[in-house]
Amino acid sequence: MSTLAPPLPETASAPVAWDAVREKFPAGSIIPQEGLDQPTWIVRREVLLDLARELRDNPATQFDLMLDLCGVDFPDRAPRFDAVYHLYSVPNAKRLRLKVPVGEDQPLPSLIPVWKAANWFERELYDMFGLQVTGHPNLRRILCHEGFQGYPLRKDYDAARRWILTEDKIYQPHFDLPAGADDMFERMTVNIGPSHPAMHGTFRLMAVLDGETIVASDVEIGYLHRCFEKMSETHNWQQVIPYTDRLNYCSSFINNVGYCRTVEQLLKVEVPPRAVWARTILSEFSRIMDHCVCNGSTLVDAGALSNFWYFFQPREEIYGLLESCCGARLTVSYGRIGGLSQDLPPDFMERSRRLLEIIPPFIEDVEKLIDKNRIWQDRTVGIAALSGEEAVNWGWTGPCLRASGVAYDVRRAHPYDLYDTVDWEVPVLYGGDVYDRYRIRMLEIRQSLKIIRQLLDRGMPEGPFITDDPHVALPPKEACYNQMEAMIYHFKLIMDGIQVPAGEVYSMVEGANGELGFYTISDGSSRPYRIKVRPPCFPIFSAFSRLINGGSLSDAIVSLGGLNVIAGELER
Amino acid sequence: MSQPLASDPMPSMPSTPPPGRPVLKNPYPPHPTSTRPYRPGLAERLYLPLLSGLMVTMRHFLKNLFGAKMYTIQYPEERRDYSHRFRGHHILTTRPDGSVRCVACFLCAQACPAECIQIEAGEHPDVNIEKYPVVYEIDMLRCIFCGYCVDACPEEAIIMSNNYDMAYFTREQSIVGKGDLMKPFTFDENLLGYRPRYPEEEAKRAKMRRDAFNLVDEAKKARAREELAAATAAKAGAGR
Repeated sequence: MSTLAPPLPETASAPVAWDAVREKFPAGSIIPQEGLDQPTWIVRREVLLDLARELRDNPATQFDLMLDLCGVDFPDRAPRFDAVYHLYSVPNAKRLRLKVPVGEDQPLPSLIPVWKAANWFERELYDMFGLQVTGHPNLRRILCHEGFQGYPLRKDYDAARRWILTEDKIYQPHFDLPAGADDMFERMTVNIGPSHPAMHGTFRLMAVLDGETIVASDVEIGYLHRCFEKMSETHNWQQVIPYTDRLNYCSSFINNVGYCRTVEQLLKVEVPPRAVWARTILSEFSRIMDHCVCNGSTLVDAGALSNFWYFFQPREEIYGLLESCCGARLTVSYGRIGGLSQDLPPDFMERSRRLLEIIPPFIEDVEKLIDKNRIWQDRTVGIAALSGEEAVNWGWTGPCLRASGVAYDVRRAHPYDLYDTVDWEVPVLYGGDVYDRYRIRMLEIRQSLKIIRQLLDRGMPEGPFITDDPHVALPPKEACYNQMEAMIYHFKLIMDGIQVPAGEVYSMVEGANGELGFYTISDGSSRPYRIKVRPPCFPIFSAFSRLINGGSLSDAIVSLGGLNVIAGELER
Repeated sequence: MSQPLASDPMPSMPSTPPPGRPVLKNPYPPHPTSTRPYRPGLAERLYLPLLSGLMVTMRHFLKNLFGAKMYTIQYPEERRDYSHRFRGHHILTTRPDGSVRCVACFLCAQACPAECIQIEAGEHPDVNIEKYPVVYEIDMLRCIFCGYCVDACPEEAIIMSNNYDMAYFTREQSIVGKGDLMKPFTFDENLLGYRPRYPEEEAKRAKMRRDAFNLVDEAKKARAREELAAATAAKAGAGR
């Protein structure tokens, strides 16, 4: 049971085998940075593209997955910005962080030839920091609108400014028209969304059609952009938690856990076993809920309405359980740094056990209705298929990647909480199409139930639900009323916030639709210096044009549902 | 009509899981080209499994017809039962004499992530209390109902109720002042929501709350009686 404490950031250095890669480049162009939570190289921008290609192709490293690209602004430093790449090697289960210091007028090379996931991440970097990227085919704003002036995540940008989008600056689609597009007889462009029921949330799809076939398409996102990352920098560490609820709002508790774990790793604070136990169970319930919503709404898009109701009944019950724990159904804010906001309700065990009985019949009903239904199969089998290698190249994680045959699951590869103490399996399917994305979610619901059942059988651990460190957690209300010392801690924590020691950490949990990472930099003050969310559906949705081009328009609708793209998380 | 979608230009690598990590036994064999992995059987091609699907919907239809649990709630006639932790409309609690309990320490305003609490402090006539809020406003359209104000309050002066009916005709109405926040104040445990909890002392606390509420109630009734008596006396005086 060594996992009760969160795995503390170990000062990891790169394996010796990687030195061969490093030595291929001129001396001084790659400098390892020691003492961080994962191997980190500081890279000169001139060698970045070659290094990226080498890191991907060298059998010793094999960094086939580009997880994240994050900009950091240091206004007082000579090259003002850091572009931070987070890489992951699926075969070796190793991580690497590349930091590329660049100034305002020093362009970065585009890494799209190496990882296609870089496309949208580089656009985001340009949007948020104004950094130029050479070789990018479509370097435009992505989250902010075209009428936006300035670069919001720079430290000298005032968070309270507003910009109005005027009609002359609306987004002009960027189409990669194939050869011969001009000769098409029935070519026309259609616009779907942002307020269209098939566009789950607020996405806008513009597609060039030849008859009913999509020949080129472009998507516009950003309608739900709230600049979560800028708002985090203006609030203290504890106040960020309600903001994380709004990332993936179908499974908000997982976001709470992900964020809290990041700060706990920076603080090196131990979470009590009771809280870890509850976090694992409620995360799995949230995952079930998220999969129910995804599959239910995909099926509605295909015209199968009953399943939506069968899925939403267990979801309703899970919301009831979450509400009895924390007082809210959707935006739970149940996690706190160091534990949970309040103790589990006395009837938690009975309610959870009842849920374990309620959920499976509904799942079985849907499977009976849908799995072997030829109408559903005709709509989904072979539609929007992506092979495993290409999915990894696009930066996919989560159920969508596992449906393409790559068994990468954070809970298995880098276990946290109690996942390595229970017996469960990572389901993998190999089709990579909409049908397998649906199937994999059904299989994962069963695995989640299996995890929950084992943990419930193990019994609820006794003890506190939040750490007793008075520098992290508020003292109990009674102590606060009766003891001077507790009162002082209470005031200090509310007025000043938690003082997180300086450092940086990238911490990840398996979100409902992929690896949810929080790259967090603290400068030792009560507010985060920089928080970058690694949203799982951002790279997934960036491949959407690739998926639907060549298919028919009705296939595009079904494939969007199967990707489980959540606007709150995509656009932050 | 559609072109083959999975013609990826990259070299094909066998999609086998890395060793040492158990995976679920795959119901379908891995398909090298990953275009059409699922091969429907003869029954499926003849649409036969649709019949078992129709059985499912028919079963649900009959069950719903004859009184299974319905998840639909006929709002507003029916209300959902929320727990006693529900984070609804705020309540400013009162002292036994009916005045506001808040001492205007600004902790709730500081803790609020949405910055929706507006307080103006004034000097309290009682030197033991020192301060009280002259203005205490919550912008309910800004509020995200996270409960941080309740956590922050060192006086148990702000708690939350079970009430989630908050609809306004104008934005001005959504800014709720001290009077409205104190109005729903009740010691009926069924109407209270998120508040500090004392597992050991819950019963004792509940009794204390009820006693305090009864005191306020008594005081109000006594005042009403006095006023009534004064009014009748005045009327009697005027009549004579």
